[in-house]
Amino acid sequence: MLFLAVTFVTYVIFFLVPANPARLAAGQSATPEKVHEVEQFLGLDQPFYVQYYRFLKRLVLEGSLGQSFLNRRPVNQEIYQAAPVTASLVFGAMLLVLCISLPIGILSALRPRSLLDRAAMVYVLIGISLPSFWIGLMLSYAIGYRLGLTPVAGYCEVFSVPEASPCGGVFDWGYHMLLPWFTLAIVIAGTYVRFIRSEVLETMTHDYVRTARAKGGSEKRVMTAHVMRNALLPLVTLIGLDIGLLLGGAIFIEAVFGLPGLGTTAVNSIFQYDLPVLQGVVIFGAIAIIIFTLIVDLLYAWIDPRIRLT
Amino acid sequence: MAPLLEVRDLRTEFATDDGIVRAVEGVSFTVNSGQVLGIVGESGCGKSVTCLTVMRLNDPKFATSTGEVLFRGENLLTASGSRLREIRGNEIAMVFQDPMTSLNPVYTMGKQLIEAVQLHSDASKKQARRRALEMLKAVGIPRPERRIDDYPHQFSGGMRQRVMIAMALINSPDLLIADEPTTALDVTTQAQILRLLKDLQREFGSAVIMITHDLGVVAETADDVMVMYAAKVVEQGPVESIFNQPRHPYTWGLMGSLPRLDAIVERLDQIPGQPPSLLRPPSGCRFHPRCSYVMAQCIDREPALLQLAEDETHRQACHLDEDTKSREAAALLSKIAAGAAS
Repeated sequence: MLFLAVTFVTYVIFFLVPANPARLAAGQSATPEKVHEVEQFLGLDQPFYVQYYRFLKRLVLEGSLGQSFLNRRPVNQEIYQAAPVTASLVFGAMLLVLCISLPIGILSALRPRSLLDRAAMVYVLIGISLPSFWIGLMLSYAIGYRLGLTPVAGYCEVFSVPEASPCGGVFDWGYHMLLPWFTLAIVIAGTYVRFIRSEVLETMTHDYVRTARAKGGSEKRVMTAHVMRNALLPLVTLIGLDIGLLLGGAIFIEAVFGLPGLGTTAVNSIFQYDLPVLQGVVIFGAIAIIIFTLIVDLLYAWIDPRIRLT
Repeated sequence: MAPLLEVRDLRTEFATDDGIVRAVEGVSFTVNSGQVLGIVGESGCGKSVTCLTVMRLNDPKFATSTGEVLFRGENLLTASGSRLREIRGNEIAMVFQDPMTSLNPVYTMGKQLIEAVQLHSDASKKQARRRALEMLKAVGIPRPERRIDDYPHQFSGGMRQRVMIAMALINSPDLLIADEPTTALDVTTQAQILRLLKDLQREFGSAVIMITHDLGVVAETADDVMVMYAAKVVEQGPVESIFNQPRHPYTWGLMGSLPRLDAIVERLDQIPGQPPSLLRPPSGCRFHPRCSYVMAQCIDREPALLQLAEDETHRQACHLDEDTKSREAAALLSKIAAGAAS
């Protein structure tokens, strides 16, 4: 259902845009006859519901997302190339987010109103308020350009490095991803610090924490075995949903660092009225969200005894 | 013989955003081995805080306590953290008010019981589990071998409270503090839990501090009674003495408002008003705004906790003269007796 709704809405919006993809595809010097020919070739002369039906049929029967209007490359292939870039960005950044937000969130919950807590609060405000592209550009300028510690932008393949590529392999890949990871992590971690802090604070007020102390448990044991185990349950939801969401393309960060990921692919396809490619990215994003929501639900049944699959 | 627990002039205050709340003011009592002390009073009068202070379970960020809590002569208020952890759950254990929230939802009952054992002994997991099964059987959990690996949400409130009691008694503590253990349960379960506590108390020989707002519970279980009002003790003494010659209007109010199954009344008697805020307690006797015997001196001067002339173990804090008190107490008792007879 969600899937149908998402694809249908994309189609409708695309056809509301007063532009002719065929004109763009046919080239600047094309005659009106030529443009009409291209329209017929791409199926753009049909009403949009016919096009939508064809798109669904192709997807269901052949598992194909169609071909790009512009360069006739299969959309599946475009996505197959761009998805690993976005995935490296998202998973790497998520790992960093946890490395940053877990210690800060927990420590500021343990010492509310302390200096550390206030400093964390300032950081959270910065992380939430500043746009990701600005942080990205500043980091790129300061660390990449001024200090020359990292590349300013660009991406390196880990596997199947193209012949013409100047770099490749795990090291170059990580080296190029450092700034994008940090940028995305800085932006997301703010919310996570806040979330973890309030969850831990809230859990500490529960009666069973007092019970654990009354049993003679040490502060460390009470915190790890009783508080953290409960406080971090909702974090699983947050992580799962965010990964699903971001896999659809972290548009600003990919744009700033010139990463050929799904976000970049989506932006380009919008500028070029390349509906099949755009639709492909949207579908991929929707599937990612569906899959990660499912993973979260399944994980819950495993980590929270109150929820069991029946 | 030295008492098991002797509390002297205990004061606990909390720093809140609205000011300092003095939740316990000058409370003193003793508990002897194997004895049951009932602490009675309305909600918010300092009963629970008194007991949490004994175990030093108040949040140290907000609470400060002075006075002495002598457990076998050792002052717990100045004891080190590690010494305190040795005592908690091992020599002094506690059963809390709400069994629905007092157990950790993500661990099985067995795991939580085993934790209680292993925190205080080198018992292997197997030994601890065997001990846990014994205790579950002792508190009347049917088929404990099967229930031990269930989670708290799979138990009813009464069953959870049984598990809490099992957890409290698993290391055979010398003192058990039961903080309104039946308040969150329905009436039939309340009776079962009280009977269980009484039986186990006899079996284990633990001393018990039973916090309650139900004088009926006290009458059934306690050896000594302490009545608290607005952070202070207003009357304390042996249970027979308190029930046969209550000397404080607040105690009368509590006794008069006891519901009875054997008497038909339109409305239960009640004490008018509500307990005062401890942020700004009333002047003089703290009960004076609700007391029907209030006199001029009650508003200005705080009554001291004095021994009765005829019974030195019975103490009360009220300005009323002895004759009035005897007369009123006798009238109340005969009224209750008459209610029972009708």
